[in-house]
Amino acid sequence: MSLSLAGLAVRFRGGPPLFPPLDLEIAPGQMAAVMGPSGVGKSTLLDAVGGHLAHGFSCEGRVTLNGRDVTGLPPEARRIGLVFQDAGLFPHLSVGDNLAFGLARSVRGRAARRAAVERALAQAGLEGMAARDPATLSGGQRARAALMRALLAGPEAILLDEPFSGLDTERRSEMRAFTLDLIRRRAIPALIVTHDPADAEAAGGPRMTLSAA
Amino acid sequence: MSRARDGRLLRGAVLAVLAAGLVAPIAAGLWQTARAAFGIMPAIGATEAGLAPLRALLDVPGLGTSVTVTLVTGLGATALSLALALGLAAVAHARLASPFGTRLLAPFLAAPHAAVAIGLAFLLAPSGWIARLLAPIFGWVQPPGVVTVGDPWGVALIVGLAVKEVPFLLLMILAALSQVRLRQDMAAARALGYGPGIVWVKVIAPQLWPLIRLPVMVVLAYSLSVVDMALILGPSNPPTLAVLLTRLFSDPDIARLLPASAGALLQLALVVAAFAGLWSVERAARSAGLWWLRRGGRGVTAEPGLRLAAFGASALLALGALALVSLALWSVAWRWPWPAALPETWSLRAWSGNARGWGAALTTTLALAALTTGAALLLAIAWLEGEDRARRGRAGWAEALIYLPLLVPQIGFLYGLNVLFLQAGVTDHFLAVAWAQALFVFPYVMIALSPAWRALDPRLVRSAAALGAGPWRRLVAVKLPVLLTPLMTAAAVGVAVSVAQYLPTLFMGAGRVQTLTTEAVALSSGSDRRVTAVYATLQAALPFAAYVAAFAIPALVHRDRRALRGAAA
Amino acid sequence: MRIPLIAAAVTALALPAAADWQDTLAAAEGQTVYWHAWGGDARTNAFIEWVGAQTEARYGVSVEQVKLTDTAEAVTRVLSERAAGRDTGGSVDLIWINGPNFLAMKEQDLLFGPFVADLPNARYVDLSPGAPASVDFTVPVDGMESPWRLAKFVFNYDSARVAEPPETMAAFVDWAAENPGRFTHPDPANFMGATFLKQALIELAPDRGVLQEPVTDESYAATIEPLWAWYDALRPNLWRQGEAFPENQSVQQQMLNDGVIDMSMSFDPASTAAAIDEGLLPESARVFVPEGGTIGNVSFVAIPYNAANPEGAMVVANFLLAPETQAHMQNIEVLGSYSVLDPARLDAEAQAAFAALPDAPALPDLDALGPTLLEPHPSWMTRLTDDWARRYTR
Repeated sequence: MSLSLAGLAVRFRGGPPLFPPLDLEIAPGQMAAVMGPSGVGKSTLLDAVGGHLAHGFSCEGRVTLNGRDVTGLPPEARRIGLVFQDAGLFPHLSVGDNLAFGLARSVRGRAARRAAVERALAQAGLEGMAARDPATLSGGQRARAALMRALLAGPEAILLDEPFSGLDTERRSEMRAFTLDLIRRRAIPALIVTHDPADAEAAGGPRMTLSAA
Repeated sequence: MSRARDGRLLRGAVLAVLAAGLVAPIAAGLWQTARAAFGIMPAIGATEAGLAPLRALLDVPGLGTSVTVTLVTGLGATALSLALALGLAAVAHARLASPFGTRLLAPFLAAPHAAVAIGLAFLLAPSGWIARLLAPIFGWVQPPGVVTVGDPWGVALIVGLAVKEVPFLLLMILAALSQVRLRQDMAAARALGYGPGIVWVKVIAPQLWPLIRLPVMVVLAYSLSVVDMALILGPSNPPTLAVLLTRLFSDPDIARLLPASAGALLQLALVVAAFAGLWSVERAARSAGLWWLRRGGRGVTAEPGLRLAAFGASALLALGALALVSLALWSVAWRWPWPAALPETWSLRAWSGNARGWGAALTTTLALAALTTGAALLLAIAWLEGEDRARRGRAGWAEALIYLPLLVPQIGFLYGLNVLFLQAGVTDHFLAVAWAQALFVFPYVMIALSPAWRALDPRLVRSAAALGAGPWRRLVAVKLPVLLTPLMTAAAVGVAVSVAQYLPTLFMGAGRVQTLTTEAVALSSGSDRRVTAVYATLQAALPFAAYVAAFAIPALVHRDRRALRGAAA
Repeated sequence: MRIPLIAAAVTALALPAAADWQDTLAAAEGQTVYWHAWGGDARTNAFIEWVGAQTEARYGVSVEQVKLTDTAEAVTRVLSERAAGRDTGGSVDLIWINGPNFLAMKEQDLLFGPFVADLPNARYVDLSPGAPASVDFTVPVDGMESPWRLAKFVFNYDSARVAEPPETMAAFVDWAAENPGRFTHPDPANFMGATFLKQALIELAPDRGVLQEPVTDESYAATIEPLWAWYDALRPNLWRQGEAFPENQSVQQQMLNDGVIDMSMSFDPASTAAAIDEGLLPESARVFVPEGGTIGNVSFVAIPYNAANPEGAMVVANFLLAPETQAHMQNIEVLGSYSVLDPARLDAEAQAAFAALPDAPALPDLDALGPTLLEPHPSWMTRLTDDWARRYTR
């Protein structure tokens, strides 16, 4: 499994590219890091890869996942997971239901699905929290739940948008280690956008710095 | 991309429904009216084009005064409402923007114009509640000989309109304030030595104006052409133009339909002229304001003025509240003669004796509200979801389309539309009324729902997409539940608008469709305040119940979800 | 042999009509009659509701009252339906109507009928030419509308505040001068306001006879001068200096109840007693009429030419004329409106039912009401109100 970007560039309303065209190859279990000043379009790059570009943005180049060209596909068909800084858990669902929302349809039967959710929660140190309101979790707990939710969908790659920036220093390294460990074990390519050099350092994969075109 | 095509299809379908259901009827109604205004109405044997209808209109006694009164009340009510709402927002926006504040506004937004007017008519009359409370102090044996309700210049009508329009504009201003960097601008300007009141006038208000211009135009068009409130509170000899025309349209002399149509065009012209006036005032204010701004003066203080406006707005809202309370009191009174401050004898006979009547009217009103609100909500969701899927913002013309029914005076096209419906053989009056009401329910539902829909955190939808949820699952499983509160609020707004409709129900219903509003207005020209009060109380209670439900249902459904509890309203 | 022969002859004469009525009843069953009636009086509305309950139970005909603020609305509705080519299945089945609205509909052929003679209960009504139920504002009824209640113009006042009400229309000027702002009349655009002016016109006209003919420029000019002289003297002392007027007599009755004014007027001599009973006027309210009597007329119901349910409407019109209905209607506790039936045509039982009706202090007896004056031709009313609007609208 690998994620490759070829000549990827994003324009706004037909203007000049936000950043120079990007070529990048991420191997399975590898985490590539993109850094750069705020406003340069780091999150927009992730939107382009995941297929989430907002109105007015257009994208050139190709996104290939395991040799499959996903450039023209809608986000729900790309199988690329997405994790945000403050988690993006659905506020109307319990923690367990948030995970169940992501759980692949191939897991059938109520008991089996519940067990899968419980397992994922246990793995993230969130035992017994299935019925909790996401708003009552701590920042670290929310981040772990969001990551588990993304992984339960069985993604072939994962995008992380400043995933640790809301956490204090101690939780940050803990969460970083937890995330990297999971991604390596799943052997999927990951792309992280961050402004923290320590994140990029720990990622250990290709590193690049975006600058305005 | 298939997704964009999906969006385009949805948008196309919504636009087709709107074009056929909303734009076409209004355009056709206007066309019929315009033809009749120039003498062409083959149905009554009028085939000769000419200016005779216009001449007949000009010949109606008191037309000039009527137009003057219309302009005075329409422009006066709009200017007063805007000034008071801005003043109150400046002084109390922080408190009003809270969920509590929005809830405080809800009864005023919910109460139909007719119910407020009926309550105010009693409150303000020389023999009314206020005069009764003052009678012992001033030793009045008889009601004072002052002119209040129905005064020749329409002051009572201006007050009545302001009671309803101040809360509406206030809500629009509060919504617009969330798009203005109020705190930062206030801090920046105050650091430059400007007092907070001056900052409001010089910095905040100019930023608000483009955001509230359309709602102000809606208020202007409405105030210039209101019928039910003007019937109850306005002058009678002559009345405002819209009331005069309503009477002409129902004159037994069929030939009067032609001058009535010419009058409908005149009404339209008045509204257009008022819009043009607003535009010139805006331009003049811009250059004068810039000159004032560039002088950099900090000396003048605006606080007293703003506080006065806030006080005026609060006094108006208190009047409105008293008016609604007086309705409830009258509905359970038996004898309440001058100068008693409270009823002498109490009775539930007004309720029990008319149970069949108000029961039927309540059922019809509920059915119409449910049908029109349901349809409008579905259409609004389809429109907004179409925008999302096509990844398009809203074009200016689309925004104008939504506001169209609120900017064209009802009397300008409703009679023409009625004739068209009859010719087309539409015999189901209930559906005709529902259709006509939906013309006005849909825009308000859109206005209520759009900001919240757009403010939805896009990352929630992206997360769902990244988890493999397609567009329909994203809509049903994420967007709609998260937006439950604004959806319910939009529904409550829809119910309130439907319940309040008078002219569409009267014209399209051919008298067969009797709602709480048409009954309350008809009874208000009767002798029994108690029975009128029963209908008006119900009329005000129904939308209020819808608002309560709009608060209660999301609170109940999301009782275990802190992030969604008490959020937005 | 003679008696059976006469009986047979009578049967033969009566049979077709009776058979027709059976057909009407059969066709009417299951119909809903949309009765367009002025809705400003709660007791009338309640009476109409009672009528509907009765006809539903007896004939399977239900009644839906469409409450109007002005009868002209119903006329317009029929007109616009005809304009749209809707000549059957119209939305109006029955209208409470009289005077100018009846004339307008009759002249434009908007009425169904003649039907009154077909109603079995019409036998209790004096329908001879010139009888009150045969002429509506000098216009011959010709069987196109059926009577149901008697109307006679009266004034009412609060006897706790007014010791001596004016004795003639002319005397209103002096009374108002002594009590400025304490009297008014409904807007003449409303029939009650117009009737007030007509009442004065009859008293003040140099020649009353011309009022029974259609108005001409000559007769109008010769008649109107004293009225406007009288009105110009009265108006400055009216409520709000005569710059504004109550919309109708219901609003004015409310003003009397509130103590804003001291006198009001009505087209129903029993309405004052009824209003006291309803808590809508003080106990001290009483009725008075000027010397020389007041205008009287009959309220009718008519059926539009395109009514969807004409049979049901006829059944309702017939039920309104039943002696027990009329006695119920005349009961002060119900409606208190005087019956349109000819007492001479009633049997002893029905007469006893009328005699047994309860009394009330504010209910005038028939003698106190004085003679009944004839309504002027409708063209006078139109001319008069148009002229008034021209003279007194700002």
